[in-house]
Amino acid sequence: MSSNSVASSKVSGNGVPSRRRSAGPALLGSELTVLFRRRRTWAMLVAIALIPILLAVAVRLSSETLAPGEGPPFLDRVTQNGLFVAFTAMIVAIPLFLPLTIGVVAGDTIAGEAGQGTLRYLLVAPAGRLRLLLVKYAGVAVFCLAATLTLAVAGTLIGAALFPVGPVTLLSGDVISVPESLLRSGLISLYVTVSLLGFAAIGLFISTLTDVPVGAMAATVVVSVVVQILDVLPQLSWLDPWLFSHYWLGFADLLRQPMDLGSFGDNVLLQLGYIAVFGTLAYGRFSTKDILS
Amino acid sequence: MTAATPAPDLAIESRGLTKRFGEQIAVNEIDLAVPRGAVFGFLGPNGSGKTTSIRMLLGLTQASSGQISVLGQSMPDSLHAVLPRVGALVEGPAFYPFLSGAANLRRLDTADRNAPSSTRGARVEQALARVGLTHAAGKKVAAYSLGMKQRLGIANALLQPRELLVLDEPTNGLDPQGTREVRSLVRSLAAEGTTVFVSSHLLAEVEQMCTHAAVMSGGNLVAQGTLADLRHVGQTRVRVRTPDAAAAAAVLTGLGLAPVHSDVPEQDPWVAAPLPREMSVDLTGQPESIVTALVAGGVRVRGFLIEESSLEERFVALTGEGFDVLQ
Repeated sequence: MSSNSVASSKVSGNGVPSRRRSAGPALLGSELTVLFRRRRTWAMLVAIALIPILLAVAVRLSSETLAPGEGPPFLDRVTQNGLFVAFTAMIVAIPLFLPLTIGVVAGDTIAGEAGQGTLRYLLVAPAGRLRLLLVKYAGVAVFCLAATLTLAVAGTLIGAALFPVGPVTLLSGDVISVPESLLRSGLISLYVTVSLLGFAAIGLFISTLTDVPVGAMAATVVVSVVVQILDVLPQLSWLDPWLFSHYWLGFADLLRQPMDLGSFGDNVLLQLGYIAVFGTLAYGRFSTKDILS
Repeated sequence: MTAATPAPDLAIESRGLTKRFGEQIAVNEIDLAVPRGAVFGFLGPNGSGKTTSIRMLLGLTQASSGQISVLGQSMPDSLHAVLPRVGALVEGPAFYPFLSGAANLRRLDTADRNAPSSTRGARVEQALARVGLTHAAGKKVAAYSLGMKQRLGIANALLQPRELLVLDEPTNGLDPQGTREVRSLVRSLAAEGTTVFVSSHLLAEVEQMCTHAAVMSGGNLVAQGTLADLRHVGQTRVRVRTPDAAAAAAVLTGLGLAPVHSDVPEQDPWVAAPLPREMSVDLTGQPESIVTALVAGGVRVRGFLIEESSLEERFVALTGEGFDVLQ
């Protein structure tokens, strides 16, 4: 054994297969395992799935029919076509519930590891601070996608179970088939996921500021609330296009024929801007942070 | 400075390593020198700066000033080359409570991008076996006792063959049996050629497993060297138990010693005298000669003892006796 360690110290990895840098995605895989083995993650996904279910059951049980335009958008169409449950649920969940769950996951990224003490072990492994930050952010992005897909899938299933399903009349008046409307549901999930990525980057940054995960989660959620309030103040309307929440409800553009992708392009640019700014801030903070937890 | 090139035989070397937290100096210009192959005890009372020093050595915190080299490479610049060769237990174990012991080790192993995934399962199993946790591998860490977590922390440090192990208070929370196991584990690792850097506030622990030691007190490195060196700094003393304390003292003075006597009323009085270094060779070589002289001087000798100063006295002398945390 002693000859072994002497050899490896002299050769310093030259030609030793164990020194190849192949385990890049392994940390991401492990990150997702940790994320999705937590009961908290599943509790949040179940809660997200409950939104369309409650919504559909409530509509089914109530006898009065809604006049067109009453209630949240699309709600009046649910009784005619169950596929609208997913769209309605998306609109209901985006302002508060999705940011809440994403705030929990994003706020927990670094602060959670720090509070638990595992951050020091990841860093002495060594995970590399930039690599860890990237993997953590990728984990949050996957959660965003999982959350919106949960919403879409649960909405579609409960809608199909409780209401008739048929070709969907779009906002533009065109009618698309059921498979195509399912495709649109998937695209809407992607659109919403992308819309949330800038916010997720803010959560990541906030998470590097503290060792108390609950604090980072709360602060992240507060940011989303504040920004949405700014978004509705008419005095600050010049600011609107720069707020990360500006396109959160813009997915209705995907329910037109042909699809209007203009807002999507602006949204992507806006989110990339947020990711660049807050990603840089997060790295700036994390790369020099003294790990004292 | 030409001396900046680290000596090749040092596993850890620091020069003027300092950490300030605002006004407070947690670690004050320490110059550590840990030879390769040593079992190095890093001693000091709570709050003396041991863990802060270790955090700097491992690149977790930035030094306010000073240089560090670990395994011959400067830290934290060469962190990515150095840390895969270092196993560490820093300030107690920390794990994901909702994952099993084995899953925790796999998770931390993926963090090192040099760790081969093909052998991950086998290495995790081996590390768990080495600390006696095989039976608890599938149990969630939330259900582990403190001692089991401590063992798992050591297993994490052993996931790969390491050249250097940094173990911060490795026997914390372990029962006597576990403490013994850690001690023998450290010895066997050292026998394989691994340098082991163990911090502890327990002197007996260091005394039993280390070849070298350094003592921290209030952020300063107050002593460093082989255990024999550290012991040697203290003095060897003779102790004579006798009812004729005054006469004994006179005889010892006649031999060129400087006796002190203590009279605790209900005990036989002791006379003790430090043996000066230069004299100690022939006197300790033939301590009987002192007895002969005492008897010849009419002193009734009831007991006679040559005391090597213990490391404990040295430790207490260096760090102070009280409970007060210095910083």
